Amino acid sequence: MAKLSIHDLDRISERVKRTTLLREGAGRAKITVHMGTCGIAAGARKIMNTLMDEIAERNITDVILTSSGCAGLCSREPMATVEIKGEAPVKYVDLTTDKIKRIFEEHVLGGKIVEEYALARGSERMS
Amino acid sequence: MNDQVQEQNKYRLHCMLCAGTACVSMKSLRLKEVLEEELKKHDLDKEVAVVLTGCNGFCAVGPIMTVMPDGIFYHSLTEEIIPHLVEEHFLKGRPVKKLMFTPPEEEEVVPKMSDIDFFSRQTLVALRNRGLIDPEQIDEYIARDGYKALAKALSEMTPEDIIEEIKKSGLRGRGGGGFPTGRKWEFCKNAPGDVKYIICNCDEGDPGAYMDRSIVEADPHAVLEGMAIGARAIGANEAYVYIRAEYPLAMKRLMLAIESAKEYGLLGDNIFGTDFCFDVNICHGAGAFVCGEETSLIASIEGRPPEPRQRPPFPAQSGLWGKPTNINNVETWANVPSIINRGADWFAGMGTETSKGTKVFSLVGKIANTGLIEVPMGITLREIIFEIGGGIPNGKKFKAVQTGGPSGGCIPASLLDLPIDYESLNEVGSMMGSGGMIVMDEDTCMVDVAKYFIDFCVDESCGKCSTCRDGSKVLLDILERICHGEGKEEDLDLLEELSAAIKDGSMCGLGQTLPNPVLSTMKYFKDEYLAHIRDKKCPAGVCKALIQYCIDPEKCTGCTLCMRRCPSSAIVGEKKQPHKILLDKCTKCGICRDVCKFDCIIVE
Ligand SMILES: Cc1cc2nc3c(=O)[nH]c(=O)nc-3n(C[C@H](O)[C@H](O)[C@H](O)COP(=O)(O)O)c2cc1C
Repeated sequence: MAKLSIHDLDRISERVKRTTLLREGAGRAKITVHMGTCGIAAGARKIMNTLMDEIAERNITDVILTSSGCAGLCSREPMATVEIKGEAPVKYVDLTTDKIKRIFEEHVLGGKIVEEYALARGSERMS
Repeated sequence: MNDQVQEQNKYRLHCMLCAGTACVSMKSLRLKEVLEEELKKHDLDKEVAVVLTGCNGFCAVGPIMTVMPDGIFYHSLTEEIIPHLVEEHFLKGRPVKKLMFTPPEEEEVVPKMSDIDFFSRQTLVALRNRGLIDPEQIDEYIARDGYKALAKALSEMTPEDIIEEIKKSGLRGRGGGGFPTGRKWEFCKNAPGDVKYIICNCDEGDPGAYMDRSIVEADPHAVLEGMAIGARAIGANEAYVYIRAEYPLAMKRLMLAIESAKEYGLLGDNIFGTDFCFDVNICHGAGAFVCGEETSLIASIEGRPPEPRQRPPFPAQSGLWGKPTNINNVETWANVPSIINRGADWFAGMGTETSKGTKVFSLVGKIANTGLIEVPMGITLREIIFEIGGGIPNGKKFKAVQTGGPSGGCIPASLLDLPIDYESLNEVGSMMGSGGMIVMDEDTCMVDVAKYFIDFCVDESCGKCSTCRDGSKVLLDILERICHGEGKEEDLDLLEELSAAIKDGSMCGLGQTLPNPVLSTMKYFKDEYLAHIRDKKCPAGVCKALIQYCIDPEKCTGCTLCMRRCPSSAIVGEKKQPHKILLDKCTKCGICRDVCKFDCIIVE
């Protein structure tokens, strides 16, 4: 192992950045895939896997991916909620792998809501 | 760059499982295995990472796990519950309420760690990485700005600049004395000599204290980086960490940290391509309390019996092998990188006039949230004990808190609003010490407490000074007499005089502070001493010679439980009739009181 230069510290930080951000609960954007029994049955796992692949392939560091329970709208599963820091969350319904790829590209990375797949903005509060 | 860290970038959830000594003793390492098995079963092992961290601090409710990025805090985990947890939370995304924390006296759970009072009221500097990194992965430390301060110190600062910054920050020693760290470094830097040494004191001998262990377990690189910066400032190239032999986990992590820092060239020759060379050695403690005192610690490293010697000369002039030596406590070192990174003004912005920054305390005794906390200097005892600590369990009343280790003092309820710093604690007859806090409730006898601590010091006195060696024994004799109901009023004067003599006539801090528990309890709880002496009573019902157990016949239902449990067959009675205690057989062990469901055992 070669000795580190000062510059190498930044290089290492950058590489571990996704891990660090996740641990600090701080990301630029957060995507929640609803994974209740209904969601899983409707294919939420595929949505989750697609997102994980997108993040890994593009080496995205500042997007957090989580799951939550059934969102209460089982007929429109699979569903996901996209939250860009400082903006209201947006719920997307009836997802497919192609749809979620587009949402990832346009909304999560590009900042533009994909209106045609969106259900509603805003989110009910967790009690 | 190691593969494990690279791998972790792919996970969407990180289970930060506490692997501090307390949680490990509650089988948290086994939990890791079970978790990983369950995750595999559900095909989640590529999505959810299990990361072992250092001590989280909330040791009362271990084993602990925080799930990031959401910060869901789970406690008191068991092997049996893991399958349910994995299925609900990690597969279905439904965090499991029954494993979340409910504050004492409340009903609603608090899901997030950041919302729990125990955590939300803390300010982390020395412990800033606790629970956030795997202490065995140097890359994770680097990713949280690790070794940046060393880079800055080596590339942008002169040794004088470093010392100036530490002086300006107001950092004072966290190991007991509270000496200004920057000034200490300056003495050592200015001492003549080519060879100088750095020592890290991780002897931590105070009963109930585990601040230093926890820092080393959770973030060993912070200590190493602080030491490297200090070495640069002073002109030292070699260091020793003197660590208690009873800390195997801390020792292992420290050794690993030294190894990986060496591999990266962050220790060794020409660090960051500069002319600065620095090596760290580990030295196992010799086991006695007095080994933590700096001159005996140095003697112990040199292979001599650990006995304090007269100062001056101070270690800064003539320390290890007669060379100028700078010794600081673990926590002091761990503060250094943040001060260099964030600046002296940031650090000095926290705390009081004379005491800047934060302090780590271990909170033990009769307190709901036992654990390890870091809080700004100037916080009140009330905030620590009632807000962070969750108050006294079982509806009991607070009586006193003992701070400063075995030779600290007991502080009564009337002083709960005292903002704590080095000076205020001294003024009330106690001290900061290394940050131990033992909380006592109404069932504690203060004479007995004084006796306990003096007994500790009698055992731990190295025997060199007669005041400490013999004086402490006489103190103990008198206290024992009082607890046996054989005390006289003159004893109180004698205790006071003797205490003054021990303070004056002893060479090291042990003798100079050992009478504190006696003096402070006499000052604040004189009534209790008098009750023992005049009335031959122990108001708290602790001193066996002065109490009697009996059964309240009005309340006793004759359930026979106490009779069956009494180890000395001292309880007699018929079923459904009030029982009686035979005083000549009773050994006052208190088991009957503990088992009685109707609260009818009276202690007088
Ligand atoms: C009896 C006795 C025991 C001590 N034990 C410790 C100890 O366990 N850890 C520690 O850091 N300092 C201990 N000290 C204080 C050290 O002598 C020394 O002041 C300290 O390590 C200096 O570091 P600091 O300036 O960073 O606090 C002890 C002092 C005395 C008198």
